[in-house]
Amino acid sequence: MSRNIIKVDDPVLEIKNLFVSYNKDKYAVTDVSAGIVRNKVTAIMGPSGCGKSTMLRAINRIHDLYPNIETKGEIFLNGQNTSDISTIMLRRKIGMVFQRPNPFPTMSIQENVLAGYHLNGIRLKKDEKEEIVEKSLKDVALWNEVKDSLKKKGSFLSGGQQQRLCIARALAFKPDVVLLDEPTSALDPVATKKVEELLMELREKYTILLVTHNMSQASRISDYSMFMYLGELVEYGKTKNMFINPVDTRTEEYLTGKFS
Amino acid sequence: MTTITEDRHIGSRIVKNRVFSAFVLLFSLLTISPIVLIIGTLVQKGYKQINLSFFTEIAPDTYEAMVAVQAGDVIPGGILNGISGTFLMVFMASIIAIPVGLLIGVFLYENQTKRYAGLIRDITDILQGVPSIVIGLIIYFWVVKNITNSFSALAGSTALAVMMLPLIIRSTEETLKMIPVSIREAGFALGVPYHKILFRVLMPTGLSGLMTGILLAISRVIGETAPLMLTALGSMKVNFEIDRPTSAIPLLIWEFYNDPNMVDLIWSSSLLLMILILALNIISKNIIAKRTT
Repeated sequence: MSRNIIKVDDPVLEIKNLFVSYNKDKYAVTDVSAGIVRNKVTAIMGPSGCGKSTMLRAINRIHDLYPNIETKGEIFLNGQNTSDISTIMLRRKIGMVFQRPNPFPTMSIQENVLAGYHLNGIRLKKDEKEEIVEKSLKDVALWNEVKDSLKKKGSFLSGGQQQRLCIARALAFKPDVVLLDEPTSALDPVATKKVEELLMELREKYTILLVTHNMSQASRISDYSMFMYLGELVEYGKTKNMFINPVDTRTEEYLTGKFS
Repeated sequence: MTTITEDRHIGSRIVKNRVFSAFVLLFSLLTISPIVLIIGTLVQKGYKQINLSFFTEIAPDTYEAMVAVQAGDVIPGGILNGISGTFLMVFMASIIAIPVGLLIGVFLYENQTKRYAGLIRDITDILQGVPSIVIGLIIYFWVVKNITNSFSALAGSTALAVMMLPLIIRSTEETLKMIPVSIREAGFALGVPYHKILFRVLMPTGLSGLMTGILLAISRVIGETAPLMLTALGSMKVNFEIDRPTSAIPLLIWEFYNDPNMVDLIWSSSLLLMILILALNIISKNIIAKRTT
């Protein structure tokens, strides 16, 4: 491994030689290898079209839904090859939050939090339900705002509240890793700040992998950063080191705003 | 500061505008006039036959009707055999067409770019264009000749179901397409199996659209006459046996038309049919309105 990319001991996720292509000859992600550090926030930065979202979506194998997308390489979750696990079990261990808040429109706030259990046919007792809902909503600092309207539809909440609800939905299953795909790009600055504070608190319990096109967001909340360019993982290291002293000239140019 | 000088053609422009607006209004009124005239005529000619016995008694025979007409009375009896037959056959047609139509619609939605899906979509469009009498003829050979060995409610329902299918298929596909992909992906990202996402997330989300399609399909077939002539035939009794000939409101209208003593019943039956169809259309319009607000 080159000096641009740090080596991680006991990674929660280990990506090995990952390639993803949308059509046969053009790769959106080329030969990415990296280990993700447990209970830290890792940000994936890079200009639009650099393959950061594509890489993120390879981790919980959402790409499997689209037959034209081809994925090569291996990803290990706690040492277990993810291609040996069914996507159903894998995705319960790896939660995901999307760019736009997408609570299930027909479900109430409570049902949205419990969606992972309900939809997977896992039966819960009433007090278990209440406990999970309260804990998940407290985790995302939404409890005080919605505790009196748990039966209301999730779509009545503001954008920022909806996004925190989606994070709660992803956390309800106690995943090992939470993937966030530009979770604040559709939110206003106040809501963004709340989500960022939340992510910094959540790292104590979860490993967080965050795609962002916003450099200052990466510098504010991440412990480790990856810089991707044209499908390639250019540099990966501690956020502080990377922002102060980037190794690769492309990283430096990106961070100093020569291109974006 | 400059003052604005009027364009010297402004007068003729205003006149042209007004003339154009008048034409738009005129043709709009012309377009809606047939429907107003139809409903007006039906109400005017049909209202006196509509009473309790109209809904609770079967169609009278010619002699009873003739006696009543000669005496200047309201024709006795009603169209219960037609109402019950229409409800029976539309209900059975829905039981056949709704699940099949929904599943084919889901299949088209899931395989949008595949060639065989395109083929099925084209065939669905062609099916929608097949004349209803031809569908009746085919069902006559399939069901009347080979399954029930008699004109039957089952044959009538099958014919109606075939006519409902294309409408339900296309409305299902269009409805599902309007649901954001991210809702689907959110389901998959929680590790939910596909059938649960379909039945617990996508279909509830698109419920109003699916309901609209189904109601419009029902209102499309509830007034069909031609395919029922060759399949259900008609009956003078209230029939709920699916392998026996059965009446329907449009079939009764045709029978009344062929009997000079029953003319008044034509109008009242048509009025009832029209009210049913309008009600279905208004309900589905309201569902659409709810969805868009």
